[in-house]
Amino acid sequence: MWLYEKKLQYPVKVSKCDPRMAKLLLEQYGGADGELAAALRYLNQRYSIPDKVIGLLTDIGTEEFAHLEMIATMVYKLTKDATVEMMKEAGLSEMYAQHDRAVFYSNSSGVPFTTAYIQAKGDPLADLYEDIAAEEKARATYQWLIDLTDDVDLQDSLKFLREREIIHSLRFREAVEIIKADWNTKRVF
Amino acid sequence: MNDQVRVWYPFIGPNNPCPPIRVKTYVVPPNQYIQFQPLDLPQFTPQEALRYGTLWPALFSPYEPTRGSEGGESTS
Repeated sequence: MWLYEKKLQYPVKVSKCDPRMAKLLLEQYGGADGELAAALRYLNQRYSIPDKVIGLLTDIGTEEFAHLEMIATMVYKLTKDATVEMMKEAGLSEMYAQHDRAVFYSNSSGVPFTTAYIQAKGDPLADLYEDIAAEEKARATYQWLIDLTDDVDLQDSLKFLREREIIHSLRFREAVEIIKADWNTKRVF
Repeated sequence: MNDQVRVWYPFIGPNNPCPPIRVKTYVVPPNQYIQFQPLDLPQFTPQEALRYGTLWPALFSPYEPTRGSEGGESTS
């Protein structure tokens, strides 16, 4: 069960009318290494992983949904007042044809989200290493997105999200150490 | 017992439809403990190395099928 706080994890301010950036940000919304993939991946892996790391997956998976909300807010703000002409210029004609200005789970090339992006191997090391790789790929994506905009307010929110990926990667690597520990060894003092 | 096998005891709720598997296992292969392989590790004979898939005993990870042994160990 979840409790919902009706506010964003970190403020999202967009100061430049730039629907083109909305298209690029979709990579982190419905892309292979995006926040939706991350949230679904972690929350689903919880069931078959040793119980010492279930809580971590719950916490990070939940935070990814908070990030998803921030990305959605960015995309929405960047497109809600765009004219059809602006949408066309931004390369969003296909998106407009399907969804008007609705936010939808696709990547920056318009490919709809698929669960083929995520895995649940059932082996704790395999699953956690996928999570670490996903965090690093998301961090890199945020870097390229920061490069792609000159809107300092948008950059500010993206920098926060990038930093969270760094922290999550460390937490998953700590989980690997917990998984590696030999609890079986009975130590007699 | 293979010292690469880790054991954990999942939570067993009161309302499981199937008899619970009380003990679950997974393997932590030796690659997890080697950051960068040191020089001059002891070696298998060439014949052994061909069979095991590695020249170094320190990197060898045995794996036996777990079918049939599931839930074999009991916590109580």
